[in-house]
Amino acid sequence: MKLWTVFVHALLLVASALTLLPLWWMVAASFMPPGEASAVPLRLWPSVPTLEHYQALFARLDIGRHVAISAGLAIVTTAIALTVNTLAGYAFAKLPFPGRDRIFRGLLGALVIPGQVAMLPLFLLMRAFGWIDSWIAVIVPGMASVFGIFLVRQYAAGLPDGVLDAARMDGAGELRVFRSIALPLCAPILVTLGLVTFMGAWNDFLWPLIVLADDDRYTLPVALANLVGEHVQDTELVMAGAVLTVLPVIVLFLVLQRWYVAGITSGGVKG
Amino acid sequence: MGAAGVGHAGGGGLIRAALLLVVVAWAVVGCGERRAADEPLTLWAMGREGEVVEQMVPAFEARHPGLRVKVQRIPWSAAHEKLLTSFVGGAMPDVVQVGNTWVPELVVLGAPAALDERLATSSVKRDDWFPGVLDPNVVDGTIWAVPWYVDTRILFYRSDLIPVAPATWDAWVTALAEARRHGGPDAHAILLQLGEWQPLVIMAMGRGATLLRQHDCYGDFRNPAFRAALAFYVELFRSGLAPLGGAASAANVYQDFAGGEISAVVTGPWNLGEFAARVPSSVQWSTAPIPASQGAPPGPSLAGGASLVLVRTSPRADDAWKLIEFLSEPAQQIRLHELTGDLPAHTAAWNDPKLADDPRVAAFRSQLDALRATPKIPEWERIAGKITQFAEAAIRGTMSVDDATTALDAAADGILEKRRWLLGGCG
Amino acid sequence: MKRWAGLGFVAPALGLLLVFFLLPTVAALLLSFTDFDVYTVADPSRLRLVAFGNYERLLHDDRFWTALRNTLWFVAVAGPLSVAVSLAAALLVDAKVVRGRAIFRTILFLPVVTTLVAVAVVWRYLYHPRYGVLNQLLGAAGIAPIDWLGDPKWALPALALLAVWKGFGFNMLVFLAGLQGIPERLYEAAALDGAGRWQEFRHVTMPQLAPTFLFVGVITAIGYLQLFAEPYVMTQGGPADSTLSVVLLMYEEGFRWWNLGYGAAVAVVLFLVILAASLVQLRLQRRSVA
Repeated sequence: MKLWTVFVHALLLVASALTLLPLWWMVAASFMPPGEASAVPLRLWPSVPTLEHYQALFARLDIGRHVAISAGLAIVTTAIALTVNTLAGYAFAKLPFPGRDRIFRGLLGALVIPGQVAMLPLFLLMRAFGWIDSWIAVIVPGMASVFGIFLVRQYAAGLPDGVLDAARMDGAGELRVFRSIALPLCAPILVTLGLVTFMGAWNDFLWPLIVLADDDRYTLPVALANLVGEHVQDTELVMAGAVLTVLPVIVLFLVLQRWYVAGITSGGVKG
Repeated sequence: MGAAGVGHAGGGGLIRAALLLVVVAWAVVGCGERRAADEPLTLWAMGREGEVVEQMVPAFEARHPGLRVKVQRIPWSAAHEKLLTSFVGGAMPDVVQVGNTWVPELVVLGAPAALDERLATSSVKRDDWFPGVLDPNVVDGTIWAVPWYVDTRILFYRSDLIPVAPATWDAWVTALAEARRHGGPDAHAILLQLGEWQPLVIMAMGRGATLLRQHDCYGDFRNPAFRAALAFYVELFRSGLAPLGGAASAANVYQDFAGGEISAVVTGPWNLGEFAARVPSSVQWSTAPIPASQGAPPGPSLAGGASLVLVRTSPRADDAWKLIEFLSEPAQQIRLHELTGDLPAHTAAWNDPKLADDPRVAAFRSQLDALRATPKIPEWERIAGKITQFAEAAIRGTMSVDDATTALDAAADGILEKRRWLLGGCG
Repeated sequence: MKRWAGLGFVAPALGLLLVFFLLPTVAALLLSFTDFDVYTVADPSRLRLVAFGNYERLLHDDRFWTALRNTLWFVAVAGPLSVAVSLAAALLVDAKVVRGRAIFRTILFLPVVTTLVAVAVVWRYLYHPRYGVLNQLLGAAGIAPIDWLGDPKWALPALALLAVWKGFGFNMLVFLAGLQGIPERLYEAAALDGAGRWQEFRHVTMPQLAPTFLFVGVITAIGYLQLFAEPYVMTQGGPADSTLSVVLLMYEEGFRWWNLGYGAAVAVVLFLVILAASLVQLRLQRRSVA
């Protein structure tokens, strides 16, 4: 039994080390003096840790701007998505209306449509609206999501009807019932959905790459890809850029992971 | 899940916060859209030029007080889609660097401004450029872009293994075979990358092939001139003079060149710097124009390169033109050469000793008098892709040379179907 | 009253989905029957209906077949690999003897939340033929350096390795949920029958996990069918189209060359493939429930 315990832990440690290696190297390299990341033999620790690449990114390459843009757009997308999807998910679970089940089944069917199919015409639509090269175009595809509606509906279906009806008896309108009763009860799934949406928006690459033309408006991942194109040789600088891109979502995840994990394991699988 | 513990505090606040965020966001997004009236000129430049042109801009701004230039750098790998999507979306800059093979496509879109009138009264004249370099920028008799630098291809060779630069195809093959004998048992002689159509098209042009016929409406690959070039090209592989390694061998081109496994490469000016840096200085190498298959040497090579386009919709076209004039001046052309190694498109720039006195560069100078443009139609890139594909099939023996040219004609005719429809049959 | 409230609640979401998702999707289908291209962008009157012309062209397009082959290879190789790795990770994390379970789970999950563009950039350096971590480690083991991203033989496997690293944590979580859903009494019964660890796994864990397997398998397959960002950032589809994927082809045709009609046809074919995969899942699910 003892041997088994040691064996399992050894495997877990090795797996963790392998998983962390790329991330570790990314962080370490971002603090190395120029050229050291390409040293032979391999270095996993900077000889003299330096902040010069971060300074260069912020001072010379104005990366702070792109961090702010990405954060702003991700927050806005998340706020809109939470509002819109929660309203809809709740209604699909708790408010009967004509054609409800048929519409919901239709939405579920739409889950198999890959987002890329709509992308080409969506671009033309953005052009018709005059939104190309604006941030509105970036957030548009993430505002409502079938997956989000589905997630909320699954959760809201478990809310006790009695509590909702009691509020209605007291003369509360549906919006009020939703706001003061249903919403607080749905808080855990809202955190999950918010986190998933935020990460999706933050990490998105292809769409912002297509709709943004002016590099002053680039989101962080697009700016990073551009940075790589220009500074392939400056490994350490690029790694610092990668750290800045990855760090916010990792921190957010670490803080909120309890809800995230719960959301995936409950909503995701049951469906 | 224990949702009850969260309590009643959250609900209304959450919605209010969300609404507030939305309002703030739209305000922010709105700000992003506003464009100030006195915004700087915008120039999109690709790759390495995108980096260095920023160093050239201060001189321009000093000469034209009141004008400011914002350079946006675009990686080459994303340049074409960036250009087209921003054109479609109405988000073009004022001046943009383009590969000169893209000019016909942009003309179809109506993106560039016609430049003949401006050139007539400008400090730069159309005679300032090598005719072969200007030619790709002329579509239907109108100049749509101004040449910036030249990217033609010539022969890089080991001057110890090939003592005299070959002037004709026969001499070329003989020299390669000789060099191969010196190189040892595993040696080949010339690196021709299977994924590239350029070397084959250069050979075809040397034979006098036009590639397309009848106003570029049909493929002309069964033409004896192209067929002969393809046969010659295939034979270089079959005889082992060119290695059949696939794209992987390209990674080792400098090592292979230094080691004598290959003794010649058909490539462009960007490799002057690379070869100088990566091939040990003990290795003797030189450059020469493309050998001729018929007529007087040199044989023709491709009129590749980058041009500057004045965007038709630019609200500051006059100022934007000043920037193009500036970048076209011999002094700035030489500066660009110093910064990047790019070869000037302006004839006068070549009198500068930095260019005139370097024998490896001088070979490019001779080539500039013998340039040919690829067919000036938007479909060319797709047809070129087919050339790569069927040439590889012929080399690998899955198709005979005749079958390959037949298939190539069929493919080209298919691609050009829309062009024929638009032109109403092509006569 | 209540019924109107319900409609009002779903209206914003449905409106957005209609305008920004459903409409473009239908438009894509229509677009695929036209020859929308650069000529059309300049002048809409140059649009022609070509019926199934784009699809016919696809059938004869070597690059399309290359893209489809690469994508299916990815699904067939990286898919099972990802499922196997995540199952192994889940079993390890879930083992009764493990201390610090939450920490291991978090670490193994971390790559999932990272930005693909950023980690793709990192991996490009890990794969560097001379300085890359991978080749230096291989070199220490006496294995000759591999030009991971420059060699057509290795480029796609290299991308697969990255994709598995990036994605296995998600599947691991799903497996963990599945494992925790297995009633303890089944293990107790097996222990009473004198089953060893392997037999327990074989006769209790595996059958109980079957629905989870299905879910994970299909989700992974569908994700890999949409492979794009990895080749776009790391290899641009090269060398020699060895990492060209279906979505990358769609992107190139659509946005690089503005052959929107043809690009839309590629997208529709992708949709059909994904639809087929989903239907297979549905079939299997019904059977496993029945």
